[in-house]
This record gives sequence, structure tokens and C-alpha cells, in this order.
Amino acid sequence: MPRHELILLKNMSEPGYTGSLVDYEKTGGYQALRKTLGKIAPADVTAMVRKSGLRGRGGAGFPTGVKWGFLPKDYQGPRYLCCNADESEPGTFKDRQLMERDPHQVLEGIVLSCYAIGAETAYIYIRGEMVLGSKILEQAIGEARAAGYIGKNILGTGLHVDVWVHRGAGAYICGEETALLESLEGKRGLPRIKPPFPATHGLYNKPTVVNNVETLANLPHIISRGPEWFAAIGSPPKSTGTRVFCVSGHVKRPGNYEVPMGVAVRELVYEHAGGMRSDKPIKAFIPGGASAPFLTPAHLDVKLDFESVAAAGSMLGSGGVTVMEEGTSMVWAALRLMEFFYHESCGKCSPCREGSAWLVQTLRRILAKRGRMEDLETLLDLCKNIAGRTICAFGDAEVAPIQSTLKYWRQEYVDLINEAATANLIKLEPVGTKP
Amino acid sequence: MTFSETYKDEIVDILSRYPVKRSALIPLLYVAQRDQGYVTESAMKEIAQLLRLTPPQVYETITFYTMFNLKPVGKFHLQVCKSLMCALVGSDTLIEWINAKLGIAPGETTADGLFSLSVVECLAACGTGPMMQVNDDYYEQLTEDKLDRIVSDLRSTGTSPLKSGPFMWPEPLRSTDKVTG
Repeated sequence: MPRHELILLKNMSEPGYTGSLVDYEKTGGYQALRKTLGKIAPADVTAMVRKSGLRGRGGAGFPTGVKWGFLPKDYQGPRYLCCNADESEPGTFKDRQLMERDPHQVLEGIVLSCYAIGAETAYIYIRGEMVLGSKILEQAIGEARAAGYIGKNILGTGLHVDVWVHRGAGAYICGEETALLESLEGKRGLPRIKPPFPATHGLYNKPTVVNNVETLANLPHIISRGPEWFAAIGSPPKSTGTRVFCVSGHVKRPGNYEVPMGVAVRELVYEHAGGMRSDKPIKAFIPGGASAPFLTPAHLDVKLDFESVAAAGSMLGSGGVTVMEEGTSMVWAALRLMEFFYHESCGKCSPCREGSAWLVQTLRRILAKRGRMEDLETLLDLCKNIAGRTICAFGDAEVAPIQSTLKYWRQEYVDLINEAATANLIKLEPVGTKP
Repeated sequence: MTFSETYKDEIVDILSRYPVKRSALIPLLYVAQRDQGYVTESAMKEIAQLLRLTPPQVYETITFYTMFNLKPVGKFHLQVCKSLMCALVGSDTLIEWINAKLGIAPGETTADGLFSLSVVECLAACGTGPMMQVNDDYYEQLTEDKLDRIVSDLRSTGTSPLKSGPFMWPEPLRSTDKVTG
């Protein structure tokens, strides 16, 4: 198996590493913070992050340094950092590992980010189900506070940063940054209309940055080893650094694999994840979580970086790579994802709320062999009327499984509908030929 | 004793974390749920009062989130993930096993009040499916044999050593095949 240098998973891959403060310090932990506080100006930290090319690891891939730069320079009141630990995108399970196995790496990133953006309070919004993760973080925060890395007057520099763990309560949409803020304010997690963006009107209407766990975990390394080092990893100039890819589905060794961005899917599946579990060929894969359109074996050599995956018609998203073997029903797979989106639609925008229900019903009908040929057009028409017509990206995401399976495996839908016709469940009449 | 008297210190601690009181709503609802196994109407009213909210404001929030129970559930709440990634590796079979062994379908509770079954969406354990969450704990890479042991452990001791610890998968390499870069 090709060996790549581990960055984020390095510590935890060492035998016996517990993730405690002592263990983290032994590996050079909190040195980036010592090197930075009071010695590098906050604006220069932002400049370093921008230079590194680091892009958000939560799904959208927005350049982190640029996001920080949107905060108003002259604003005197409080600012906030929210660490997005609401990992809920089906196929994604990397943040859970980063938090539970090396929590101080995330915390050091949080304090560095707070320093750069001038925030004195950070909330880690962790999905409610991850009770263990929240306890591990709470304990790590306690250790870091006792050691002077978090709290008042950090390392004697006069900087204050408080970090709190805030548990969500089971709502996928709260991973969307404005829904996260609503939820953190104690309300229903309904996304806000943008603009204004969180950079100016975020938590409690104050300037706010929301960054993903993996994004923040990269910061200590960027500061310690320099932005040039980071910018040379992966597929520069636009996709730099490594990604922790979460491989799931029909592979021999599912799990988290950290590789430089730009590694081909083929390498990830066959070298790292050990190939297919029953040695059947790959039928389909999703490259970046449930919101990313399905791809086919013809795309196995696509490089896993933001641009290449987008050019192939999908998206790198959250790094959740789900692989399906020959024999998997793609209509069934689309329905399973659609049921997820239907369940998780927050209900704020009608196209998404109503549309997701109709999509599920139509798919169920086709799968139950009661479909009609015009259902295919209905599906596409629904998709067209959902995507781009909602206030958050959820609408675009929920149509991905249907549009992509109809694009590549339309015949499976047609076969199911023809079976329905043969079974005489529904009398088919050609559309538009009625007298 | 009322909810706010019983958990006075914890409530003060939670409130101290936020500049705006309403942010403490979800954390306080968790405290109430821990106390009774579900959130009672009287707890909701008390929390509303504590946070200077109206009871409907509390109710509109709590009903948005799937993790809050508004009715009593079994002592052990089995929540099986059925999203695509778990379904690819057998979550439907897991649900059938539970159904056969405990005689409960999703949404039902055993007659002795011990086990409730829910079918839920993705719990971020896609590489280690099929999986379920039981109360606060994850159980992953489930087989029929493991399920039997978990159910029997829960019955006898209230917990099971098969629950997941700090997550890492695949597990760390042995020191002999260390990554050199």
C-alpha cells in the first residue's frame, strides 16, 4: 500500500497514544500556540492560513483564511468561533475520530483560530449522539485550562479564550452553518437567509466564524511547519494538504484513511481499503458524502481534489467515500438516501419540504413495481424545482442521488417500470398520443 | 423537589456559559431528560420560566430535535441506523434480528419496559456498520452473536463491555509497520 505522511492521524496512529495532554505535549503539542501568541500578529496568522491554501473540510471547501478575512476589522464587540462538530453527512465519520482520539489537536486549532479572528469564546457544536466525544472534549478542555492553554490570560499573554462544548440534539441540518447558529441560540435549527453572512451577523448577531473540526485540526501543523510546506501537499494550488477520507460500503477494510488530496479513488479503494469485500467489481461510488452525486467505475481514476471531482460531475464534499458493488440496486440506493433527506428536511422552504416527500413516494412506487414511465420525468421535474430554490444547500444536495442515478443507471428505473407493466399492475399508455 | 431545585448547581453552571439565556435551552432539556428518561411537561414549563421563555417557545424547539423524548421510552433505547451506508452492510437484517429476539418493531417497547426500538438516520459510524446506539453508547460492527451478548449484558448489568470506546478505525498500525513518510 502506498505510504503517505500522516499529519492529522499521526499521533493517534502511534501505539499507546491516548490523546491526553501529556501525550499530546510529547509530540510537540501546543508548540504552535506558544510560537504564535503575542509573537505573530493575528492578521499575519490569517495571512499564513490563506497562503497555505487550506479549504474547509466540512463540505463546501471554502478557503479558511479568506473566511476569516471577512470579519469586520474595526468591530469592537464580542466575536465568536463555532467549531462545527455536527458530523452528520451520511458516509462521514472522521471528525468523530479526530475528537475522540486526539482532542487537543482540535483544541489547539480552536485557540489559534480564536487568536487570529479576535474571538474570546468558542463553542464546539457537537452532534448530540456523540456523547462519548463530548465527554472526551470536556475532559481535554479541563486539562488545557489547568495547563493555561485555555481560559484567562493564556500562557501569560493576556489573551482570553473560553471553550465550551454544546451538544446538538439530532438534526442533520444543524451542520449547515446558519442553522447551527440558530440551534446554538436555543431555537429550531432553521437556516438563515444569506446575506448577511455569519462573518458580520452570526451568533447573537455578532461577527462569527464557523469552521469544521478537521479544518481546525490542520492549523497547528500549518503554523508549526509553515504555510509553504502545507501548500506543497496534495494538488496545489487549489486543493492543498491531506484529507481524512472515510471509506464505507462494500470494501474489505472500511475506515478513515488520511491521504494527500489528489489521490485517485482507485488507490483509496483498492490499496488502502483493501478492495471489494467479495471481489465483485465496483458498480458505483459516492465521493463526498450523501450530498455528492454518484459516480461510476469510469471515474475511478478521478483525483480526489476539489476541482477534479467537480469536473467529473460530483463534489469532494465531506470526504465520505461510499463504494457499492455490482448487484446493488441503484434505485434502492437512491431511495435510501432520499429517505434520509426527507427525514432531515427542516421544513422551512416548501420546495424542499414537499419535494422531498414526493421524491420518496415516487421512488417507492417505482421500486414496488407500480411505477409509470412518466414517473421518470416527474422525478427530474421535481429535482429541477427543488435545486437552487431553497435558502440553503440542502435542496441541491437532496436531488443529487436521483439526478445522478437517473443519469447513469436509467435502465434500472426503466426495467422496474416495465416489470410493473408486464405484471399488469398499471396499464401503460404512451404519453401524448391520446385522442 | 422541583427540577430547578434538584439541579440548581448544574443549571447555574450551564447558564454561565452563554451570554444569552435561551442558548441554555437544549442543555437544560438534556438535564430534564436524564432525570426522567423523557422531558415532562412540568420540566418544560420550569425551563421556560428559568429562561424567561414562553412554554410554546420551549415546545417549538424541543419538537424540532429527534433526540428528545416527549413520552416515556424503554430503559434501553435501541436506535438502529438505517441510512444507505449501514444498509449496504446489513442494517435491515439487524432490525429483523431485534424484531425476532425482542418482539418489538420500530416505535415499540417490550412489555417489561426494558427495550424500545427506533430506526434512525446516519450516526456517523458508516465504516463500522451495521451499528446501533443504546442510550449514550455506540455498538458497532454488529453480528447476531454480538447482539445477543449486548441484550443479555444490558438485562443483567445495565451496560455492556461491547460498547465502543474512543473511535478509531482501522485501528492503529503495529509498531513494526510504522509509517515513515
